[in-house]
Amino acid sequence: MSNADLVKMKVEAGLAGSHVIMHDPRKDDIHLKAEVWWEGFKGMSLIQQHRAVYDTLKEELKETLHALGIETHDRRYDQE
Amino acid sequence: MIEDMIKSKRVFLFMKGTPEEPQCGFSYHVVQILRNLNVDYGYFDVLTDDEIRQKVKEYANWPTYPQLWVNGELVGGCDIVMQLFEQGKLEEIL
Repeated sequence: MSNADLVKMKVEAGLAGSHVIMHDPRKDDIHLKAEVWWEGFKGMSLIQQHRAVYDTLKEELKETLHALGIETHDRRYDQE
Repeated sequence: MIEDMIKSKRVFLFMKGTPEEPQCGFSYHVVQILRNLNVDYGYFDVLTDDEIRQKVKEYANWPTYPQLWVNGELVGGCDIVMQLFEQGKLEEIL
C-alpha cells in the first residue's frame, strides 16, 4: 500500500464520516498533502483541526512521512 | 527551558535552519511571510539540538516543524501560517 493510501485510510478511519483527497505533487509518495473534508471540524480552531488529523497518524508521522501538508474543510465534500 | 525560549520574544519560531539559510521548504515559506510582514521574532534552529527538537514536539503536542508561537501560544505550522496569511488574519495575530 502506498503512503498516500495509508494516510487516507487512517484519517478516514479516525475521523468518522470524513473524506480525504490525497495529493502527491512530486510523485515520490513521501511529500504528501492531505485535503480533509469533515463536518466534525466545525467549531474547532485551525490548530485543533490539524491536531485531529495528526492524531490519526502518530506512527506514520514519526517514521515514514517526510512531509505532510494538511488542508482542512469543515463541511462535507461536495462533488461538483 | 522551552517555555523560556518561547516567551523570550512575543513572536518565536522553531525552524529547520536559520532565517538567512532555511534548510527546509516549509521553514523557508514561514520566514518569507514573517519578512513580508516585517515582524521582529526570535528563532531556534531545531537541527542544532536533537533533544530540544524532540522536547518541543511533546511540549507543543505538534509533530512537525516549523512552529510559530505568539504570546506563548502555538499558532501553527506552515500550512496554517500560510492560510492565515492569505486570509489576512496573520497580521492581526502578530
